Amino acid sequence: MGTLNKLTLAGALKGLEARDFSARELTQAHLDAMESAHALNAYLVTTSEQALAMADASDARRAKGEAGPLDGIPLGVKDLFCTKGVKTTAGSKILGDFTPPYESTVSDNLWRDGAVMLGKLNMDEFAMGSSNETSAFGPVVNPWRAKGADVNLVPGGSSGGSASAVAADLCLGATATDTGGSIRQPASFTGTVGIKPTYGRCSRYGIVAFASSLDQAGPITRTVEDAAIMLRSMAGHDPKDSTSLKADVPDFAAACTRSLKGMRIGIPKEYRVDGMPGEIEKIWADGMDWLRKEGCELVDVSLPHTKYALPAYYIIAPAEASSNLARYDGMRYGARVDGADLTQTYEKTRAAGFGEEVRRRILIGTYVLSAGFYDAYYIRAQKVRARITEDFKTVFEQCDALLTPTAPSAAFGIGARNNDPLQMYLNDIFTVTANLAGLPGISVPAALDSTGLPLGLQVIGKALDEETCFAVGGALERAARFDAKPGKWW
Amino acid sequence: MSVDAKTVRRIARLARLEVADDKLDHLAGELSGILRWIEQLNEVDVSGIAPMASVEDVQTPMRDDVVTDGEKRDAVLANAPRSEEGFFVMPKAVE
Repeated sequence: MGTLNKLTLAGALKGLEARDFSARELTQAHLDAMESAHALNAYLVTTSEQALAMADASDARRAKGEAGPLDGIPLGVKDLFCTKGVKTTAGSKILGDFTPPYESTVSDNLWRDGAVMLGKLNMDEFAMGSSNETSAFGPVVNPWRAKGADVNLVPGGSSGGSASAVAADLCLGATATDTGGSIRQPASFTGTVGIKPTYGRCSRYGIVAFASSLDQAGPITRTVEDAAIMLRSMAGHDPKDSTSLKADVPDFAAACTRSLKGMRIGIPKEYRVDGMPGEIEKIWADGMDWLRKEGCELVDVSLPHTKYALPAYYIIAPAEASSNLARYDGMRYGARVDGADLTQTYEKTRAAGFGEEVRRRILIGTYVLSAGFYDAYYIRAQKVRARITEDFKTVFEQCDALLTPTAPSAAFGIGARNNDPLQMYLNDIFTVTANLAGLPGISVPAALDSTGLPLGLQVIGKALDEETCFAVGGALERAARFDAKPGKWW
Repeated sequence: MSVDAKTVRRIARLARLEVADDKLDHLAGELSGILRWIEQLNEVDVSGIAPMASVEDVQTPMRDDVVTDGEKRDAVLANAPRSEEGFFVMPKAVE
């Protein structure tokens, strides 16, 4: 029973249904693995008792023939999702001991379908970061290390805890969120699969807000099929989120093995950026070959405003964040630091509670929204966002999906890149466009680089066409035969 | 455009963030670097383009004006840093 945590989510469902093992055994295997993995700092909270109680309840449901689509599957939850009765931090000190009296819709959907909660996963503070180093609770460590090296690497961010836990077999899948690449970039850094669905697919209710017009939840898993199974449970219209879409949720898993014959795949020339490592060029070319062999036609396309996506994002996201994070005033929940008067209490509370990167983004956001600068920065960025969205509309008249690298590098060392915020922002260069345009994007592990670290490929689809992302992602996964696992050093 | 220490102080006040005097210059440098990088957006022709606030072109839905939740005073107050007799306790706001 020592290897139950190494199963795929789909494999575990089959094993549970065949009564090869119980949900309790499956859950216990994960709790044991988590107990010996503190060095990764992936979990902030372990909910062992709750997990075992949920597992027992699941076994009882299965015995009665009432098992749901995810019954007995142990999952980790990014600490951005409010979980009833379980402390939720968003990776920040400012929330103090905040313990939500309600459940996020996405996590509630997972429990409705029978899943088991193992605990809450570490993340960049308020999901602002690309390396998980902005967490107030210490960086998450990537289970992957370069060949022959013992240097700790970042797992990417902001969903670094989710990616690390999935890669290290500390859960069968994890919830994550993606505002500029926070699902896909960590998936690429850890050899896992991550999909950011269409904006509005998953309810944002109960997810701590970062940038509301960009934030979207999705799963990180070990296979494309697992991501499809998990997303189906997470997605769906929710009256509690007015931006959640009234669209049917298809059987995403059925799409994973769909034929690609005759499909047109766009290769955007603007994603061939200066200084991109040759190995990333190579896996991109390999991905094209694999899809050609599946019967796809490759089409060169142009998304001319690509280079403006990151600067537009770094106006829009901080602007929305500065507004969203105004609620942390130390009055109704979270930590409070007393000052001489009300204003000083606000200022001291927020200075003590927010970390450096969050403070920086609040200041940028406040500046671009302030009188005299609003039109020059914020309105202009929103217009550029419209241009970027138009670019996608135009190319999707010529192709069904786009193939790109997920990130411009493999995982890097902890502490290696946090002297210059701008360098860190460039991590999201290939992922942020899908957030600005609201499109689904999946990252699939494609290969190991020469140092033995995973690299991912991204498929961007049309709005509400996650099925094509899963179909192309599934084909890439089969062709790549990526079965490497990090050696256990922790 | 670059920002100076005085501007950082003004922005920090607007954002209700205490910033120590000896941090202002460093922050001004960082923010100026980010803003200069952002200014490449000025190269984009945005004439005739409407600003885009949301990717969804549907209208915000209206819901029925009925009470669906409530009677949860204790849950609402459960996370308050300070509360008394069913109220949040906060510093004096009006002199």
